[in-house]
Amino acid sequence: MKNKKLKFGISIGIILAVVAWEAISGFQQSKTYYVTVNELTGGRMARERVRVGGVVAAGSIERRGGQVTFRLAQDAHSVPVVYVGTDTLPDTFVGGAQAIVEGEYTAQGEFRAQKIQAKCASKYQAKPQGQAQATQDVSALSGTR
Amino acid sequence: MNEVGSVGLVAALAFAAYGVVAGALGGKLRSLRMVRSAERAAAAFFVMITLAIVALETQILGDNFHNAYVATHSNRDLPLYYKVAVLWAGQEGSLLFWTWLLSIYGGLAVLLNRHKNRQLMPYVVAILMATGVFFSSITFFVANPFGELSVASAAGLQPFQPADGNGLNPLLQYHSMVIHPPMLYLGYVGFAVPFAFAMAALITKQLGDNWIRTTRRWTIVPWMFLGTGILLGGRWAYSVLGWGGYWGWDPVENASLLPWLAGTAFLHSVMIQEKRGMLKVWNIVLVITTFFLCIFGTFLTRSGIVSSVHAFAQSNIGPFFAVFLGIVLFFSVSLLFLRLEYLKSENKLDSMVSRESGFLFNNWILLAAVFAVLWGTIFPIISKAVQGATVTVGAPFFNKVAIPIGLLLLFLTGAGPLLAWRKTSFQSLRRNFTLPLAGAVVVGAGLFAAGIRHFYAWMSLFLCAFVAVCILQEFYKGARTRQKTGGENFLQAVYNLTMRNTRRYGGYVVHLGIVLLFVGFAGQAFQAETKGLMQEGDELRVKDYALRCSSIVSGDTPNYAYQRIRLEVSKGGRPLGTLEPDRRFYKASQQPTSHVAIRSSLAEDVYTVLAGQDPDSGKAIVEVFVNPLVAWVWIGGFVTFFGTLLAMVPSRVERQMAEMRQAQEVAVRASDAI
Repeated sequence: MKNKKLKFGISIGIILAVVAWEAISGFQQSKTYYVTVNELTGGRMARERVRVGGVVAAGSIERRGGQVTFRLAQDAHSVPVVYVGTDTLPDTFVGGAQAIVEGEYTAQGEFRAQKIQAKCASKYQAKPQGQAQATQDVSALSGTR
Repeated sequence: MNEVGSVGLVAALAFAAYGVVAGALGGKLRSLRMVRSAERAAAAFFVMITLAIVALETQILGDNFHNAYVATHSNRDLPLYYKVAVLWAGQEGSLLFWTWLLSIYGGLAVLLNRHKNRQLMPYVVAILMATGVFFSSITFFVANPFGELSVASAAGLQPFQPADGNGLNPLLQYHSMVIHPPMLYLGYVGFAVPFAFAMAALITKQLGDNWIRTTRRWTIVPWMFLGTGILLGGRWAYSVLGWGGYWGWDPVENASLLPWLAGTAFLHSVMIQEKRGMLKVWNIVLVITTFFLCIFGTFLTRSGIVSSVHAFAQSNIGPFFAVFLGIVLFFSVSLLFLRLEYLKSENKLDSMVSRESGFLFNNWILLAAVFAVLWGTIFPIISKAVQGATVTVGAPFFNKVAIPIGLLLLFLTGAGPLLAWRKTSFQSLRRNFTLPLAGAVVVGAGLFAAGIRHFYAWMSLFLCAFVAVCILQEFYKGARTRQKTGGENFLQAVYNLTMRNTRRYGGYVVHLGIVLLFVGFAGQAFQAETKGLMQEGDELRVKDYALRCSSIVSGDTPNYAYQRIRLEVSKGGRPLGTLEPDRRFYKASQQPTSHVAIRSSLAEDVYTVLAGQDPDSGKAIVEVFVNPLVAWVWIGGFVTFFGTLLAMVPSRVERQMAEMRQAQEVAVRASDAI
């Protein structure tokens, strides 16, 4: 009986070890540091592949000769970003959108992004407020129950 | 209307709280009156949540933008069926919807068991209502869908009603997106029932296989909904997001896969307890894990704690969920420890090569998958807490782990059911596996000859052939036996065979569906894509396809404006029709989205996206993907769904067993009376 349990344990062990080995190698391949713009410019910069989260500075997007550049901002800090990827930029990539760029931060202080993800969830929440302010002279908008 | 909704929520909360107390006390004091009262509270909980649902849905359909939720998620020109779906398009509404589904499951569980399981039911009600207390209070206190818009002016706070709402997120305006969330939620919520039965069994020490038999269908139903919901989500991603794939290992996707994997393990391992009285502790652990992962999935999706492409609004419900998860885990695990002595196994594992060990391997591998996916999903949180730096892992990690695990599971899908209980002899192994192996070798050699060198894809298709032959052989053998003894024709024999034991043969059909899914997955290895700038007359080539742009037109509808490109598709000079991907600009939400156009066939899909306009040349940016075998993913989903339904049909064997049990019970009761 002990023997059966042992055999079963060994075969499960082998399977789990293989899976664990695959997991570790996959992990090494695809692990990416995630930082904010402040952390990136604050010197805590990672030398490996890095993803940076921030907001696309309004009016900073420039398309020239098929190349897109913009500034990714957080609070008072911002970094210049050059898009060097091949995917078409998402529809949600507009000035003011929250974006995550993935790529490398060069020694010249320029970020070369291979991938850009963007979402504009915040716009959704803010719009009734904007409308209210535009149509009626109001100072605040709140939801009450 | 908002008052009605809020009153409904408060009343529901009160009924749920009462149901917990009355159920627990009624069970403890064995007071039938109190238990009945708790059951009525569960019914009242359902009625009150329904009232709140009606209150919200009326406002959505009636364009009442005074309600903040309606103003944020709907607009006047939205088509009716999308308006209905606004109920689950945002945080507040979807939590209310969750609660409503819970009240339906709870009500049904009470209704269908009111004459059965008398000892378990009081606690089942109490636990379901405790979950109800949590969700209705979150919905009422933290994410209330009945908030009203108002503006502060000189005269104080004034009610405010915008002329139109913000509109439903255009990405969600797609037919399968209307039913994807309800399916997923029916899955998430439904696992509360088997969990409640397991806890009730622990509390009452009724730890035989009664709770497992009772909850078999209560487990299969949410499992089926969850699986269907996941596939519909994939279908949506494939048809709407425009990146050419259906699964990207996004945290939100993973969150739905985790309970499905754990639930799959549970569905299989209960069979060992029923047949052999083993793995009792393990089954409880699995049902706890599944329920925990369901709540965890809701939490992950709804709290925005892990950044995701389709993360919804960041919100403040996170801490509440964390506390609730802590309570669930503490309560269930301590209860399990207190009852360990009642959960002794009745049998031992006899052999490495047996049905039991097949199930055990399946369980371990599924749990390894759960662990790996969970680890990758929450690693950003863990690394932030431990190292102070957020580290994310991407698709390569998940693929590296999931593919070998998936292939092992695929092998077991075919091999497991052919192993005998207790011990499988070498002769039986040879008898059962010769044909499937031969079939797989033939297919494998054919694929190799056809030039397929991608190892995982080849292995996957090889195993698919093996498993398919395993399953078909089972049907064939069973039917032949019936034909010899009963004189039925072959189709009759297959039908009767299946109906006699729907659980077994329905299960085989599910396995066949899984095989087809893997055929579809394997096709991913051969994806081809290209991208180009096009104007009228331009041509784009990918694989042996040519796509020629014949026109680009613009148009307008009340809901959106659009630009549409007409692509004439041909393969090797043979015309295959036209594809018209378009790009829409939704007016209410001021958002552009691309609508892909797909030419689907069993062999491969031609998938086209109008990605935008090149700002320099003014030409249209067109992306084309050729995705081999994708159609089999959806077909596999249908087959799995159908097989699951089949497995739930009461079988002739089952009915006979139930009659026997009933007769026994009557006899016991009669002897007790004497």
